[in-house]
Amino acid sequence: MKKNSPPKYELKQIYSRWKKEKFDKAMSNLPFEQDKFTTISGKKIKELYTPADLDGFDYSKELGFPGEYPFTRGIHPSMYRGRLWTMRQFSGFGTAEDTNSRYKYLLANGQTGLSVAFHLPTLMGIDSDHPLAEGEIGKCGVAIDSLADMEILFDGIPLDKISTSMTINPPAAVLWAMYIAVAEKQGVSPKIISGTIQNDILKEYIAQKTFVFPPGPSMKLIVDTFEYGSQEVPRWNTISISGYHIREAGSTAVQELAFTLRDGIEYVEWAVRRGLDIDEFVPRLSFFFNAHNDFFEEIAKFRAARKIWAEVMKERFKAKDPRSWWLRFHTQTSGVSLMAQQPYNNVVRVALQAMTAVLGGTQSLHTNSLDETYALPSEEAVTIALRTQQIIAHESGVINSADPLGGSYFVEALTAQMEKEAKDYIKKIDDMGGMVKAIELGFPQREIADSAYWYQKAVERKEKIIVGVNAFEMEHSPIPTLKIEDQVARQQLERLKRVKQTRNNTEVKAKLIDLKKAAEDNQNLMPFLLKCVRAYATLGEVMDALKEVYGEYKEPITY
Amino acid sequence: MAEKKLRVLVAKPGLDGHDRGAKVICRSLRDAGYEVIYTGLRRTPEEIVNAAIQEDVDVIGLSILSGAHNVLFPKIMDLLQDKQAGDITVIAGGIIPDKDIPNLEKIGIAKVFLPGSSTEDIVTWIDKNVKEPLQDR
Repeated sequence: MKKNSPPKYELKQIYSRWKKEKFDKAMSNLPFEQDKFTTISGKKIKELYTPADLDGFDYSKELGFPGEYPFTRGIHPSMYRGRLWTMRQFSGFGTAEDTNSRYKYLLANGQTGLSVAFHLPTLMGIDSDHPLAEGEIGKCGVAIDSLADMEILFDGIPLDKISTSMTINPPAAVLWAMYIAVAEKQGVSPKIISGTIQNDILKEYIAQKTFVFPPGPSMKLIVDTFEYGSQEVPRWNTISISGYHIREAGSTAVQELAFTLRDGIEYVEWAVRRGLDIDEFVPRLSFFFNAHNDFFEEIAKFRAARKIWAEVMKERFKAKDPRSWWLRFHTQTSGVSLMAQQPYNNVVRVALQAMTAVLGGTQSLHTNSLDETYALPSEEAVTIALRTQQIIAHESGVINSADPLGGSYFVEALTAQMEKEAKDYIKKIDDMGGMVKAIELGFPQREIADSAYWYQKAVERKEKIIVGVNAFEMEHSPIPTLKIEDQVARQQLERLKRVKQTRNNTEVKAKLIDLKKAAEDNQNLMPFLLKCVRAYATLGEVMDALKEVYGEYKEPITY
Repeated sequence: MAEKKLRVLVAKPGLDGHDRGAKVICRSLRDAGYEVIYTGLRRTPEEIVNAAIQEDVDVIGLSILSGAHNVLFPKIMDLLQDKQAGDITVIAGGIIPDKDIPNLEKIGIAKVFLPGSSTEDIVTWIDKNVKEPLQDR
């Protein structure tokens, strides 16, 4: 066998000969510029990869086996044979009643976990009767003002059996308290409920811009949830460290990878400073990545992410529990890649992107719906999106073997290259004094804005082709979209008014005062938040109490 | 006489924080030679209209992805009228369903740019439709 594979130096010579005599000759009469073959992030890709691109590649060091350090090939030994990824469609609109029936529809159709989309006022920690909520009620997600709404949202859904992810950031601890309170009312112990709160404020300052408090108090609240969760809600993922929004804001794949992992490091550092034991809270940290258009770049990104995180946890933080080394992640296909023009083409984009997540070893997946450049998805559109995942899982055969692209010269070279570039960024941010410092300097924000601008110009110069937008254009007829009726706002405002009239207002006041006191005394706020929400204090009231102690973040305006 | 540059206010009404598009537009308009003022996120109709008047702009570009355009845009247009600033050209972009566009045009939004519009389209449109800077108020 050995005779058949030439030594590396020889292979490099053969490669140079092949390139000159065959490849360059074949290309010489063709109108392609060689440097136009780049990924969507602008990364140059070679015409061919061979073992010569994997100089010094050591299988056990770089890859290992699924379920074993450094987890490049997946965190579970059996991967999808043991259990498919969780099909988790992010969903929420209108009132709690509207969303509750969508959840029941999705569960009846084979979805295996819930993912709550809150409307913007809830995401910002204000009530539906706040002046800024006008026009927004129930539009981008479901309206939740108090425990009363949360009870309706999960009515008839057994919280001991279904896991729930909640995309919520500055008010994450409050919404989590509401969820725990609903479970208690169902007779389900917090010890057995499972799910995720996004709770990732760093990427808000960097990219998604849903912030309320300044960085210091925000980080304190997050560490509170780590601490409380590891003691009282041990099956809950207390954070979903998110690259998704960083990418949507225009970053490259490497920037998404690097900023997300550096955010993860930042959270671990703050928690360790509080005195938390690494192996007690780190196994409950989870990640959330974007699945964008460039097929192999995305797969390489997921693989590199697992490897870097395992190394960071083991070497930098000296974590001992192998579960602390696991990078478990959720994936959502890229929202910005969806196009308004010829919208049915989006089904194909989503299928390809979803495939990268599965080939990259994701633990759960959301597939976007074809109509989301217009509005929240219709039931028909969301069904196609869910069926896309089921077709990948049950028809394509890609689940049969773990990390099926492992060992591809191209994928391994790309994985190694992304690992190196991400580590360079991480080092740079370390040198700035960490991610909070880097954010204050505007570093990740500027890097992302530059990449977004570069990409937009590349599209306009047609260096990057978007089918139906800057090539193959044609007229298309309008598609049906979901409309949120105006009565949603009326219903929500009525319920909020009723809650404020029927609850024990003296008790609410007392609990809010206790909460403020606890915030001033720097105590863990989770027990106090639970008492507030159980008394039906509204989200806005709770957040206002905390704003009085913590103040509000003001973003420097740049572009 | 020194040529006066067109002044454009890029504004973000609504509660959403999606500023990728707005920022790309700001840079592109600046590169095209306009004076650009960016409001930052989550501005109320009052704040936007006041900024437009104070900054003496010729064009307001509204970027919204939250779905609240049908409520917030009419408010902005009414306020502009109330404050005798109805001569400012207002254009918009973001996540706006086709079927909402006729009504937005009826209330005076001069042009709605949908996802996939190029920054060049926007510059060309402004050049063609907003020829002269407005007289000082």
